[in-house]
Amino acid sequence: MKKIALKTIAALAAIFLSTAVLAEVQSLRGDKLDTMAKKPANMKLINVKGGIERSFKLQPPMVPHEVDKYEINLKNNGCMKCHSETTYEKEKAPRVGDSHYLDRDGNVLKTLSSRRYFCTQCHAAQMGADPLVQNNFQGAK
Amino acid sequence: MSESKKRSGLFLVGVGIIAGILLWGGFNTAMEMTNTEEFCISCHEMENTVYQELQETIHFTNRTGVRATCPDCHVPKEWIHKFVRKIQATNELYHKVMGTIDTPEKYEAKRLELAQNVWRSMKKTDSRECRNCHKFISMDLDKQAPRSSEQHDPHYWDAVDGNEPQQTCIDCHKGIAHSLPQGYDPNMDY
Repeated sequence: MKKIALKTIAALAAIFLSTAVLAEVQSLRGDKLDTMAKKPANMKLINVKGGIERSFKLQPPMVPHEVDKYEINLKNNGCMKCHSETTYEKEKAPRVGDSHYLDRDGNVLKTLSSRRYFCTQCHAAQMGADPLVQNNFQGAK
Repeated sequence: MSESKKRSGLFLVGVGIIAGILLWGGFNTAMEMTNTEEFCISCHEMENTVYQELQETIHFTNRTGVRATCPDCHVPKEWIHKFVRKIQATNELYHKVMGTIDTPEKYEAKRLELAQNVWRSMKKTDSRECRNCHKFISMDLDKQAPRSSEQHDPHYWDAVDGNEPQQTCIDCHKGIAHSLPQGYDPNMDY
């Protein structure tokens, strides 16, 4: 009987403590668990003059400008209007990397390899969002 | 002149004036009717292709909710140019009847040629229809993204200084309201 009473008290205490702890838990955006989350701010794609530094070796460079109006589909690739081997000089845009002109057997192609056609699969445009948790990460120099 | 002859003369003039008003008004109304977006997209050739593409672009969907309709870009505002364009449009009626572009496949096969027609006429008029809304004098380059303001800068000053324009809007801004044709080559001078 005594044991059961002790167990009940312990269980009650545990419940009390856990609710007290839960009430203090916050999400990364600062919302409490028992209230509705705040609507995240409306972010826009950013333009960074001179490009964005790489974070690690061989990282696909990130896109330092807006791309939301460009199409990449079966018929057209909006990125290649400036970054292709025939237009990059006139448009002063970085040329698509040599590796993007190889097929899977290592043969050099005249035009962009279809394996590399969907630019935004690797090259991401950036939003002007601050990291939710501050950190001291430094990219590879 | 006898009284009755005078009267019939006046009567004829009156009939002429009224007929003139009716005919001219009717003509003008018909012309305005064919100058609406509803009229343009009453043909599936327009509604299922270019109109759908337009809706994805900034000329249809944007921050402020101001948008361009088909005739804003494709029909001149000035009366005489508008009239010429309307006469040319009779050719489009012929192709509508013949079903030249009445399937998506036929449309795509013709798209480059159709686009080139529009590009050519815009180049010839120094992008007149663009400039009905977009004027360099009202363009604030500081408010543009860096890539845009850099590219616009020389043309902006040409316009402000009244120099002969080196390039016109359509030279760079192709495929901004509809998809570019397959096989479009940015190096080609269309």
